[in-house]
Amino acid sequence: MERVLTQNIRPSEEPLTLLEYEQCGGYQGLRKALWSSPEEIQQMVTEAGLLGRGGAGFPTGRKWGSVPMGDRARHPKYFVVNADEMEPGAMKDRLLLEGDPHQLIEGIIISSYAIEASQAYIFLRWEYQLAARRLISALSQAYHNNRLGANILGSPYSLDIHLHQSGGRYMCGEAEALLSALEGRRAVPRSKPPYPTVCGLWGKPTVVNNVETVCNVPHIVKHGPEWFRSLSHTDEGGTKIYGASGRVRQPGLWELPMGTTIREVLEEHAGGMHNGHALKALLPGGGSTAFVLPEQLDTRMDFASMEAIGSRLGTGTMTVMDERTCPVGLVWGLEQFFARESCGWCTPCREGLPWVARTLEALETGDGRPGDLETLEHHVRWVRMGNTFCALAPGAMMPLESALRHFRSEFEDHVAAGGCPRR
Amino acid sequence: MPTIYVDGRPHEVPEEGRNLLDACLSLGFDIPYFCWHPAMHSAGACRQCAIKVFATADDSRGRIVMACMTPVTDGVRLSIDDPEAVAFRASVIEWLMVGHPHDCPVCDEGGECHLQDMTVMTGHAYRRHRFPKRTHRNQDLGPLVNHEMNRCIQCYRCVRFYQELAGGRDLDVLGWHDHVYFGRHEDGVLESPFAGNLTEVCPTGVFTDKTLKPHYTRPWDLQTSPSVCVHCGLGCNTLPGERYGVLRRIRNRFNAHVNGFFLCDRGRYGHQFVNREDRLREPLLREANGRVRPASPEEALERLRFILRTGAAVGIGSPRASMETNFALRELVGADAFHDGLSQRDHELMATIRTVLLQGPGRSASVQDVARADAVLILGEDVQNTAPLLALALRQAVFQQALGIAQRLNIHKYLDSAVREAIQQDTGPLFIATPDETPIDDAATATYRRAPDDIARLGLAVAHRLDPEASAPELLDPSTDRLAQEIAEALRTAERPLVVCGHGCGSTAVIEAATNVVCALEAAGKAGSLSCSVPECNSMGLALMDGRGLAAAEQALRSGRASVLIVAENDLFRRMGAEAAEALLARAEHVIVLDSLPTRTTERASVVLPAATFAECSGTLVNAEGRGQRFIQTFVPEGQVQASWRWLGRMLAARDGLGAPPWANLDEILGALAGELPVCGGIRNLAPPASYRLHGQRVPRRSHRFSGQTAIHAHEDVREPDPPDDPDSPMSFSMEGYHGQPPSPLIARFRAPGWNSVQSVTKFSRGVAGPLQGGDPGRRLIEPEREHSLCYAAAVPPFEPQPGRWLAVPAHHVFGSEELSAGSPSVAALAPPPSLGVSPADAETMQLEEGQELGLSLEREVRSLPVRLRPQLPRGVVTVPVGLPGLEGLDLPAWVTLIVPGLPHRGPRSRHADA
Repeated sequence: MERVLTQNIRPSEEPLTLLEYEQCGGYQGLRKALWSSPEEIQQMVTEAGLLGRGGAGFPTGRKWGSVPMGDRARHPKYFVVNADEMEPGAMKDRLLLEGDPHQLIEGIIISSYAIEASQAYIFLRWEYQLAARRLISALSQAYHNNRLGANILGSPYSLDIHLHQSGGRYMCGEAEALLSALEGRRAVPRSKPPYPTVCGLWGKPTVVNNVETVCNVPHIVKHGPEWFRSLSHTDEGGTKIYGASGRVRQPGLWELPMGTTIREVLEEHAGGMHNGHALKALLPGGGSTAFVLPEQLDTRMDFASMEAIGSRLGTGTMTVMDERTCPVGLVWGLEQFFARESCGWCTPCREGLPWVARTLEALETGDGRPGDLETLEHHVRWVRMGNTFCALAPGAMMPLESALRHFRSEFEDHVAAGGCPRR
Repeated sequence: MPTIYVDGRPHEVPEEGRNLLDACLSLGFDIPYFCWHPAMHSAGACRQCAIKVFATADDSRGRIVMACMTPVTDGVRLSIDDPEAVAFRASVIEWLMVGHPHDCPVCDEGGECHLQDMTVMTGHAYRRHRFPKRTHRNQDLGPLVNHEMNRCIQCYRCVRFYQELAGGRDLDVLGWHDHVYFGRHEDGVLESPFAGNLTEVCPTGVFTDKTLKPHYTRPWDLQTSPSVCVHCGLGCNTLPGERYGVLRRIRNRFNAHVNGFFLCDRGRYGHQFVNREDRLREPLLREANGRVRPASPEEALERLRFILRTGAAVGIGSPRASMETNFALRELVGADAFHDGLSQRDHELMATIRTVLLQGPGRSASVQDVARADAVLILGEDVQNTAPLLALALRQAVFQQALGIAQRLNIHKYLDSAVREAIQQDTGPLFIATPDETPIDDAATATYRRAPDDIARLGLAVAHRLDPEASAPELLDPSTDRLAQEIAEALRTAERPLVVCGHGCGSTAVIEAATNVVCALEAAGKAGSLSCSVPECNSMGLALMDGRGLAAAEQALRSGRASVLIVAENDLFRRMGAEAAEALLARAEHVIVLDSLPTRTTERASVVLPAATFAECSGTLVNAEGRGQRFIQTFVPEGQVQASWRWLGRMLAARDGLGAPPWANLDEILGALAGELPVCGGIRNLAPPASYRLHGQRVPRRSHRFSGQTAIHAHEDVREPDPPDDPDSPMSFSMEGYHGQPPSPLIARFRAPGWNSVQSVTKFSRGVAGPLQGGDPGRRLIEPEREHSLCYAAAVPPFEPQPGRWLAVPAHHVFGSEELSAGSPSVAALAPPPSLGVSPADAETMQLEEGQELGLSLEREVRSLPVRLRPQLPRGVVTVPVGLPGLEGLDLPAWVTLIVPGLPHRGPRSRHADA
């Protein structure tokens, strides 16, 4: 099996320098790209079937294709990398940021070139200090070696990349809120339409892509869309960095073909459950995905298959619980997180999530009352996409909704027993 | 016209591209909402206006959308009553109420609370949330606005109004999740002079009127009437509210052509002078021994009959008195003996403004015209301090051209934040040429800081760039010429160019230069409009009466042609230096003064008559635009207080031995006025006459919920007294009468079934922000002549700083510069301390420091003022605040000398003392 994104990553070692990266075949995609037209790059990425790796799985080529091009576009255009990885259980972007910064930089240059952007930003989670140090060093090497700045590699194309270390909030990971934060405003999402590809950063056309998405781009350009599609088990192209944490024997991250089954990730790569305990359920891709049950382990982990079983691929980094884990307590923790991270803009999220969190706290700590489950169901019913301003609160409802569906009796036990029976 | 289907029924709506909430409210449907506001458009935050939209006629499931965020499209099918939409809206209000205190019975907002209305409308009655409510610490935001954050429902309206519409920077949204906080970074007075609007913008009781608190009255217990603000020349429409003889508060009265949804704080809080303890409430007579005593009206009139028969009288009117009062005085003393009571300079400024607006080509701009202008040049005027609401309008104007950017990106106009995001800094053009910095400079494309003459020269240069026929100023420096070229280009290429000028910097040359620009635009084929700010509420009306200047009054008294001086609602000490005022008053044998408050002029009167304020009588004012507007008496005052024109009518009758005054009521005096002054012909029809009835009834000043009408006087007589008669308007001083929607000039409150808050304005207007049904009240009395000859003003020589002398220019302050509002405690509290603005260059030359006391020598008087460094002030110019205590009656601009007090430790004497 071919490792693409992680081929140069040697854990616990310094990442490759620009020279080393080039010796391993790096910046070949860039050279090829600069000889192509932006439209050709867009075409390649579209054909490759690259889906956004931030969690929503939006086709990257389609996103780029909606950017106004040529003279009729407003300038400057911006390319922004979403490196604000704050999804509970996710650390895949960190691996790429720390492990191979030049791969990301090359991806940014090609992507920016493809949409004719002249300015690029890396919006980096504050806690990723090591990544920041390594990116600063790599960016400096790139500038010194004409991979960035004016007339990159002698071409007419020029680009600057700015590293922005976020002040830190989960909300900043939402593309529109990220742009607000980057402008120095409150990290509050924006109404859509207009989409950022038309009116984004400082009102100009802007593409926001996830780190892992961007890292795929040099390889697509270098090897072509056909090759990229062939990497996958399904028709969603490429590889995917999967992860597992929680009650598994060997937590970690693995780059595997897109569409690898949950069972393979869990049993072959994560070494199965901890000390002979039994799998109870898992969150497949972060805090805002629905629980997956043991009988669904043979589902392929790609966007379409995960949606078919009522969950989402999300970040592809699963959180695993065994029979000792209380679902009420786990969801309480998640909802506390989401309630805290709400930006406070729209009512259902700002007022609904704390109510949910307090109700779960009451259940868990012995203050549960009849009617509490109805309160939770009320929120599951009404806090959904379209009713809220952005996807944060509907995402927060996914684990709650699936927990109520799968483990309702345990919720009822919490009311009857006056608290968590496991405590 | 597109058709939309609401719950199955077709309705035509005016245009696509507006949102469904706007469309449904305009059609008269009730949809609850919070964050949307007709002047601030959609935010999408509260999620309260959820409705169902169906994809096709066969679609029965539909999907929930926010009405405010969804555009009107032809044929769209929506449901307000869909059970899911209804249930979701109930859920939203339940969430909003999670942290809201149940303090309605003790909340200032109760009875006019939009949250109350929406909660009732949505049907949320039972509280399920059983956890503690969040609480906040409140802030002291100064004397005008009270802060009670626990009531906040986070609709974000306050910060959106304060920052985006009013340009304020010190109110912000802080914190996150369910601890979002709307306030300042620390306690302190809200900086914006529009902060009072928060009390109406806030849908509940977070921001309330602090001046109402000490004498709080439930909103339904207030007696209210349509009125007009008297604190600047714009004539914003207001709703004063009274109970038990005390004027409690002022609220905004929507008028799409004038103030729209907002007032400035001078207008909102300036009314407190009406309640002052030292109000004149009875006639005062001066005895032979010089003592003053109160007298009955009969006795006073007897004395006046005697005085008026001793000799001829000269009359001094007032720009703060109504048309009726000035006219009555003019009738009493004769047109030749009627003087406008303005300082010599204001007399000339108003004559110039009157001439340019009547001759044209520039049409006088309404406040709404200003907001719609797409290129603006301000010459000499610090609008936020002289005509505050113009500043709000100009902050709208700078978006007019920029809206094209959003339009090209297919962004709907109502998506407020998206529009602002697309536009960023590409606003304007707005050019501001003033001697000193102004509070709206942040919205300007470019600013220009020069002495008034140089500002006039910039105007002339712009005119010359637009039309080479217009005379070019000589010796123009290249940078000014470049700026003039830029401005000319901006005005030429705009669709609705506007020039703003006015009395503010005291220069007729500036007003003439502004006219030159409009003339040159006309020559270049562009119809430009002109907004001239005028100092007082009836300055323009007075100018239309063509009174003579004060110098003529002095002349008449000195020559012996007249021996009696009648002053109507004017303090001469604010119009001229104290010495000159004393001299003028001393020349008259008898001085008769009508006013509402004691002034230095009333102190010197032989007879003082207690005049009604705007709240105690009905009358007419003409605003800067030339719009005649009726204000209707709010309450019957205590004592012998009467409208000045009534006193003057009775004086006329007494003098001439008539059985009754020539005018029995407002309609009669207006008829006489219109007959006498053809320019004011339209003044009679500004409001329905007193005889007007709706279904045989008067329009009540009191709401149908007014409490205690039968109990107020019960300790005196258990029978309910008859309400006082109102001969001047078709309104009653009671709760009885027609409670439907009256004609717009008679709207005494905005309230509709289910809508008790000010949000009910949309029920009174055509479309959510359109004119009031039947047309906005008020009427333009002046239009520029169709045929006019272009006449360009002559060149102005450049300003030259002079050694040892400084040009003192007036600095206006929204709080403190205007006479009546300065008599209101909370406005006076915000007046800046008097100071002398000096440019840093001059300060360095003279070795002055900030705060150092300096002597200002003007009109043979020396006043000591602390120095304030004004970084943008040009060399050779100093600013002197207008109208503040001790600085009244200054004739500015004027050349002054500055006296640096001896520095003892440096002077020779102190050295001697040290030795």
